[in-house]
Amino acid sequence: MSSNGSLLRLEGLRKSFGAVEVLRGVDLDVGEHEVVCLIGASGSGKSTLLRCINLLEPLDAGRIFLRGEEIGRRVDVNAVRRRVGIVFQAFNLFPHMRVLRNVTLAPTRVLGKSRAEAEAEATALLDRFGLADKRDEYPDRLSGGQQQRVAIVRALAMRPELMLLDEVTSALDPELVAEVLNVIRELAERGMTMVIATHEMSFARDTADRVCFLDGGRILEQGPPEEIFTRPREPRTQQFLERIIAAGRL
Amino acid sequence: MSVDAETGPGNRGSRILGDLSGARDVGIAVTSTIVFLAIIVFAIVNSAGWPEVRHAFFDRRIFGDSFPEVARAFLLNVRIFCIAEVVILVVALGIAVLRGLPGPVLFPFRLLAVAYTDLFRGIPTILVIYILGFGAPALQLSGVPRSPFFWGVTALVLVYSAYVAEVYRAGIESVHPSQEAAARSLGLSRAKTLRFVIVPQAVRRVIPPLLNDFIGLQKDSALVALIGPIEAFRQSQIDVAATFNYTPYMATALLFVLLTIPLARLTDWLVARDRRRQSAGVAR
Repeated sequence: MSSNGSLLRLEGLRKSFGAVEVLRGVDLDVGEHEVVCLIGASGSGKSTLLRCINLLEPLDAGRIFLRGEEIGRRVDVNAVRRRVGIVFQAFNLFPHMRVLRNVTLAPTRVLGKSRAEAEAEATALLDRFGLADKRDEYPDRLSGGQQQRVAIVRALAMRPELMLLDEVTSALDPELVAEVLNVIRELAERGMTMVIATHEMSFARDTADRVCFLDGGRILEQGPPEEIFTRPREPRTQQFLERIIAAGRL
Repeated sequence: MSVDAETGPGNRGSRILGDLSGARDVGIAVTSTIVFLAIIVFAIVNSAGWPEVRHAFFDRRIFGDSFPEVARAFLLNVRIFCIAEVVILVVALGIAVLRGLPGPVLFPFRLLAVAYTDLFRGIPTILVIYILGFGAPALQLSGVPRSPFFWGVTALVLVYSAYVAEVYRAGIESVHPSQEAAARSLGLSRAKTLRFVIVPQAVRRVIPPLLNDFIGLQKDSALVALIGPIEAFRQSQIDVAATFNYTPYMATALLFVLLTIPLARLTDWLVARDRRRQSAGVAR
């Protein structure tokens, strides 16, 4: 076992789409209750990395360990996904189901919980995130921020050990970003282990325990946020942050 | 989320006859329709052959005599397509799902599904009915009915399942891959993802073309007459032969139309209801 007590461990992940090599050897350790933010330009591999961890994309090479147990190959992918939640940029709620059913579908159909039990838990979660009055609505009637909060609740309803957040605020109108970030902050405060791909640099600086800068399919530099954002070592990181500052996003 | 006035209820598609607002519009529509129909009726009634046609096709007495018989025989059409429709819904979905199976191991199933749809969309329905109706009973398979009714329904199921499978497939493919990713990411198996997430959305989207195919099926139930069963069309043929008058055909035509109208309105209503339920900007 090569886990060293970490919750998630990635060793040399590689992934290509056709001729394009998106991940070129990613190593990462994520400890229990740790919040890791992935930053980097579009196309640097952040989303692909998260999708690989959730086994939504098959790996070309490398190994993934969850609590010391290898999950990359020849395992029950559904069993892994029960333990690792993911939230997408575009929400991806099920439009033909009401909010409550969106949240209870997996607990009833995957975990085998009774409808009543799943609904009670879902209602409690929706209530906690200020969505109690939306439980009987269809997703299309909610604002983007509400939809994304429902998507987070839907993932949480499976009681995951690890949450992956893939640019969850990028599709939102600016005034709706804060409500979603507040939800993530609350999860962080409650000790949820998270790997977050984000363009929200001030959020990463406030919330992350560690920031990883991805460039060209590798983690080029990582460290505590104050170090990465104020004293980046790598010239590529410096360039990236300068562009971000110039764009007024830090 | 922005509210688009165009997608609100009562606008697009939710009114069968288009958007008529206000008494003045309704008045114009009614007047225009009456004038239009009057011109057509006038043209037909004043044509040179009208007296003969009226006698041959619109004889009130013969209509009254043959209508009950034709209507009774029409119940057989209703039985044929009701049974066929239920079976088609299931068989076609199975074929569409087979065709969407991933991976090289399952290639034979995909091939089978493709071959099936090509074959039964390619052969004229009337030929399938003949071949099955006369060929299959001759095989003398034990435990399989030999009645022409059974084989007529089977032929319609085979032909229409090929069409409906393609309709389902279009619906399944129209559901964005991110929906599958979301369902799989929650730990749902591929089968459960299909069952709870993909197929329900796909079916909603294909209800109009699917019911359109069913209207075609209802009409084609008349073809089963060719291998024996006396349904409405065959009954009207018998009546025509007995009276030397074509009016019984008109009675049959009327019955088919009367059955199609409710189905078409049901389609409109289902589409409108779905749009209303899911559209943004309603009772926020």
